[in-house]
Amino acid sequence: MGKVFAVLVTLITLISIAFFVMHTWWLPPNISTTGKAVDHQLEETLIGTGVLFLAGQLMLGCFAWMASGKTKDTRAKRFPGGATSVVVTAIVVVGIEIFTLTFVGSKAWGAIYLTPAEPGALRVDVQAEQFAFYFRYPGPDGQFGGLHPDKIDDGSGNYFGLDPANDVAARDDIVVGSLVVPVNRPIALSLHSKDVGHSFYVRELRMQEDFVPGLDIPLHFTATQVGKYEIVCTQLCGLGHYNMKAYLEVMSEPDYEQWLKTQAGQ
Amino acid sequence: MHEVSTHPVAHQHTAPTGFIRKYVFSLDHKVIGKQYYGLALVSVFIGMVLSWLLRIHLAYPDYHIPFLSKLSAVGAPGGVMTPEYYLSLLTMHGTLMVFFVLTNAPFAAFGNYFLPIQIGAEDMAFPRFNMMSFWTTFAAFVVMMASFFVADGPPISGWTAYAPLSAVGRDAGPGLALGQDLWAISIAIFCIASLLGALNFIATTLDLRARGMSLLRMPYSTWAWFVTSVIALLAFAVLLPACVLLILDRVAGTSFFIPAGLVLSDKLQPHSGGSPLLWQHLFWFFGHPEVYIAILPSIGIIATILPVFTRRPLLGPKALIGSMVAIGFLSYMVWGHHMFVSGMNPFSANIFSVPTLIITIPATIMTLLLTASLYGAKMRFDTPALFCLGFISVFISGGISGFYLAQPSLDTYLHATYFVVAHFHFVMAVASLFGVFAGTYFWFPKMFGRMMSESLGKWHFWLTFLGVYCVFMPMHYLGLVGNVRRYSAFVDDYLAPLIPVHRFITIAALLTGAAQLIFLWNLIWSRFRGPVASENPWEATSLEWATTSPPPFDNFGGKHPVVYHGPNELGVDGPDGTDFLMQTAAPKSS
Repeated sequence: MGKVFAVLVTLITLISIAFFVMHTWWLPPNISTTGKAVDHQLEETLIGTGVLFLAGQLMLGCFAWMASGKTKDTRAKRFPGGATSVVVTAIVVVGIEIFTLTFVGSKAWGAIYLTPAEPGALRVDVQAEQFAFYFRYPGPDGQFGGLHPDKIDDGSGNYFGLDPANDVAARDDIVVGSLVVPVNRPIALSLHSKDVGHSFYVRELRMQEDFVPGLDIPLHFTATQVGKYEIVCTQLCGLGHYNMKAYLEVMSEPDYEQWLKTQAGQ
Repeated sequence: MHEVSTHPVAHQHTAPTGFIRKYVFSLDHKVIGKQYYGLALVSVFIGMVLSWLLRIHLAYPDYHIPFLSKLSAVGAPGGVMTPEYYLSLLTMHGTLMVFFVLTNAPFAAFGNYFLPIQIGAEDMAFPRFNMMSFWTTFAAFVVMMASFFVADGPPISGWTAYAPLSAVGRDAGPGLALGQDLWAISIAIFCIASLLGALNFIATTLDLRARGMSLLRMPYSTWAWFVTSVIALLAFAVLLPACVLLILDRVAGTSFFIPAGLVLSDKLQPHSGGSPLLWQHLFWFFGHPEVYIAILPSIGIIATILPVFTRRPLLGPKALIGSMVAIGFLSYMVWGHHMFVSGMNPFSANIFSVPTLIITIPATIMTLLLTASLYGAKMRFDTPALFCLGFISVFISGGISGFYLAQPSLDTYLHATYFVVAHFHFVMAVASLFGVFAGTYFWFPKMFGRMMSESLGKWHFWLTFLGVYCVFMPMHYLGLVGNVRRYSAFVDDYLAPLIPVHRFITIAALLTGAAQLIFLWNLIWSRFRGPVASENPWEATSLEWATTSPPPFDNFGGKHPVVYHGPNELGVDGPDGTDFLMQTAAPKSS
């Protein structure tokens, strides 16, 4: 019985690892300047934990195999070094793993969340609502108009609650349903929600951040590849949660300028 | 021979004779333990059927399930569930499993039945509290189940009930009116029940130990229930007021969790000044320790059972107990790792990450101690032993993925994906349930006086062990692709190619679930037809095996056991050529 368990646990372990190693299902290519560090961190964690996973499961299988032997030797063999060796091994091996991961990982995290956006970054205001994202650009005046929740009216397209009649800055604000950005230029987002919690998740940016009602949450990135990528909501927000998405369109600088002009002219 | 002492603890109540006091409103901890087990059993099968429905919907969205339309004509017209009904059932699956199964079965059920016996007591310290805590839990269950039958069904906000979705009422969507009210009331009632239970466990462990039963002579399971009680006392004490505040936001117009300026259903909400993050902090201050409330009792159960089948003491008893205590302590410093991308100060992510990673050290120590204890043993591979081995394997698998999610820089990619689903199902749900299975096969003879069928038990083990890996291992791969959880359909471009993987998982889940029917049949068959069990069929050492199967009303038939040894006297020269010493075995010299 122990031998069957040993074979089964070994097979499960090797098959599980094989799919990780073969990258059968894998992350999409990274397109952000900060994502490289995340990928590096993931790789290190995969190797470190892969070794621990393999060692742990094989040791279990091996000991179960040995324990099913019908030796006549009734003297119980003790694990070499006893409990002390186990405790020391756990502290040292896992301790090193923790130290390395924390040291490297905190830098990757810091680059995304603890470093402010560059001063010249393109500012985009993002509003999430059940079940859509809207993006606002400041327009030619470079100024965002103020927000007035009481003026929000999806029917007339006033998703942000702008008051162009009384607020000059709001008059040229550009509101669109896609996040269009120029390639290789820092982008500074400000996330806020109209109703409940939502989240901004772009796999290719290696980035996820919640929209929290009542808060403006900053998030910044620089996209390095032209293309169209999905923005999806990852915070359960109601019945249409699964269908809440938008696109991130990364354009070349001239294409972006052209797009902006078109939007401003509308 | 078990010595008789003049132990001062007298039984606080006499054996009842009427049906109601004997089987329904019983003060006997053994009956209450069985009641908790029964409630958990009902809950786990409801939860499992819900998971089947969810999985079928994900893999085959247009599949008609006739009885579903009878359960809710609005939620599943024609037997095909709507997106909101998917979320309703998802919420109920998570809530039932976390609260009514993973908290009730390994902790309340087995703890109630065996903690007093393992320490040589006749009952819990407060038998009436004990009865109250079960029936309060039952009331919570009834209130929770009632949400299936209200107008727009159970809530759709998930078992975490994040505000303001859960707080603003009907304007946020279906299920968020009366269904959400019932959810919050049920959980508040559940908290009261758990607080009563935890107090009782702590008082019993500290005050009612038999003569000679020092703390370090307590079996690992008792230690685990004791540590878990302390965790539960502090955790549910926070969730209870959080639920009360949520109820107040919903019905009394307060704004604890709702800020100003929210517009839902085209209406500006009449709230101001609240914080959605406050709910998350309060919820996870409970929620993370809850993980350990689910898993620690199972670790204790496994550590108690495994040596009986390896016929040798576990390696490092003090290290194991120390690790349990360390985990209990650390469990209160890590709640923020559920909130790395929640919008809280990103600096605090680093602060929460370190203790989260550090908690893997005591967890690794425990896993390695269990594994290393197998080394060189001559093992008896009965069903409880197989579930012990299975437990170690799934606990390793679930623990390993914790390394990823403990790091904010990786959580920013993996958060809210199926990687998380895989992680917590392995480490919290499957591992905990393997502890419950091991405990059931091991203690069933003591509880019912009959052995369970070994051949059915072994079939149950092999199918379940293979099955859970087929269900949950592929979810890691889905998570790496970025497959978001809690989606009722996969409409995003990148998710469509993953549907075959979801189909594989669904088929595996259906088969693994079906294997649980073998377990159910084994329980029923063995209860009436199983071979009669002796007093100590497994040749174990702890006190529950020093009394009849099942034990008499006062546990030891008027005797008060005296304890001379720890629970680890296995592989020794015992009396009559045996290889073990009962905890009650008097030393030869005496």
